[in-house]
Amino acid sequence: MTPPGETAAVEIAGVGKVFNAGKPGQVDALQDVSLTVASGESVALIGPSGCGKSTLLRLIANLLEPTAGTVTVNGKSAAQARQDQDYGMAFQQASLFDWRTVARNIELPLELKGWDKRRRRDKALEMLELVQLRDFADHHPWELSGGMQQRVAIARALSVDPPLLLMDEPFGALDEMTREHMQTELLRICRQLGTTVVLVTHSIPEAVYLANRVVVMSPRPGRITKIVDVPLGERTEATREDTAFFEKITEVRELLRGVEASARSHEAAW
Amino acid sequence: MTARRLRLVVPPIVVALVFLGVWELFVVARDIKPYLLPKPSFIAENISEQWDGMWEAARNTGTNAVIGLLSGAVAGVVMAFVANRFRVFREMFSPLAAAINAMPIVALTPMFNNLFSITSTTPRRLVVTIVVFFPVFLNVLRGLTAVDPAQVELLRSYAAGDATVLRKVRVPNALPFLFTGLKVAASLSVISAIVAEYLGGPQNGLGNRITSAASNSAYGRAWAYVAAACVMGLVFYVGAFVAERLAMPWRSKRAAAQAG
Repeated sequence: MTPPGETAAVEIAGVGKVFNAGKPGQVDALQDVSLTVASGESVALIGPSGCGKSTLLRLIANLLEPTAGTVTVNGKSAAQARQDQDYGMAFQQASLFDWRTVARNIELPLELKGWDKRRRRDKALEMLELVQLRDFADHHPWELSGGMQQRVAIARALSVDPPLLLMDEPFGALDEMTREHMQTELLRICRQLGTTVVLVTHSIPEAVYLANRVVVMSPRPGRITKIVDVPLGERTEATREDTAFFEKITEVRELLRGVEASARSHEAAW
Repeated sequence: MTARRLRLVVPPIVVALVFLGVWELFVVARDIKPYLLPKPSFIAENISEQWDGMWEAARNTGTNAVIGLLSGAVAGVVMAFVANRFRVFREMFSPLAAAINAMPIVALTPMFNNLFSITSTTPRRLVVTIVVFFPVFLNVLRGLTAVDPAQVELLRSYAAGDATVLRKVRVPNALPFLFTGLKVAASLSVISAIVAEYLGGPQNGLGNRITSAASNSAYGRAWAYVAAACVMGLVFYVGAFVAERLAMPWRSKRAAAQAG
């Protein structure tokens, strides 16, 4: 995927992850996973629960260490990339800090980078402009709706200008309309900043709408079943009603059904 | 805002006045003897007579309560940080803490009195310290440990170490817990300071005045000192409450927003 001479945003080679190795509760969360995410690309990880998609995201983030294989982010080890804040991260819950105003929530990663107050504040306001919440800078998180909170969380994740944005079901807790609006917003922002995106999602339409490639995963042990290319061009609201969009949704759905069926028969064999 | 304040302040005052009025009428109408239940007006007379003595006794008891409250709170916070940092310590100490907490601490006062001279206020302050320690310790420890795991993960993603997680997540998270503990402890500190006076030591506090007045059949005076003790408990609680507001202005803003 990556043109020669350009470093991939994420390079995962032969990665495995075993929890509780050698103990009774041993779980093979991931086995022999390889995936390259090119710079500027957006990739969705989808699969039934237990397929290790969140684990894979945390390996990229270096919040977990792989038990086999290597993870390279931005041409560096995942650990180094975390030290350098080469990625921003957003979760299903916005996880904003109640005791900080909206602007100061966004400033937090910059604080840890040692930026001075003035520069932090300017950057936070710039990010709020980007997510169209400029007027809410001095509000507290609980004064915002769920969708607005999630926008703040994304602004916070992007405040360090990371080349890579990692998201774990970022819109899972939102209602359908807000969710679609947020997806459009996310694409606009990432296009504007040239950010690479890796996201975990449960929603097939969301995966197809947001990603250039959808990685379908299967459980026990977690591995990649298939990678579906989604060459739908630039996404607009019309894309959601496009036949090609529905065809891709069907393709991913059928892959997931196959995955579920084999997982069930696997369980039945036990 | 002032209308809102008034709505908050006026109803309890009205209730209190009605309560005192009914009390007065009840005592007069049923001709109840003062040694059973004195009239509020009689207690009020005693309060104005005893004003200087009350003030002095309240100062003595209050000093013990404040010193015990502060030292217990500081010890509770410090130990909570230690317990948060060292898991082994937490697991060893927490059951012990719960066991000591279940014991009526004021019952230790006679033993403490034996350890120090008869004029010493140290045993009382020590009792208050121990009583205050537990609610503060348990609450702060909960606040430090019961943090949103996603928030910790977020900080890790910013390459933050344990010290930064403590500073940016655990401590702010523990603040409301600290004040919950302090509000409980504030009332407890006054109660335990007074009860400790019943069990020996210098005869200069509210508890001493209440027992001596009661044993001299001076019921109005005893009730006057009870009223002083009551006011002191309230002052302590309000003090903790105000400190909470000052330390966490966003909390009161939030409460006001949620109240609608």
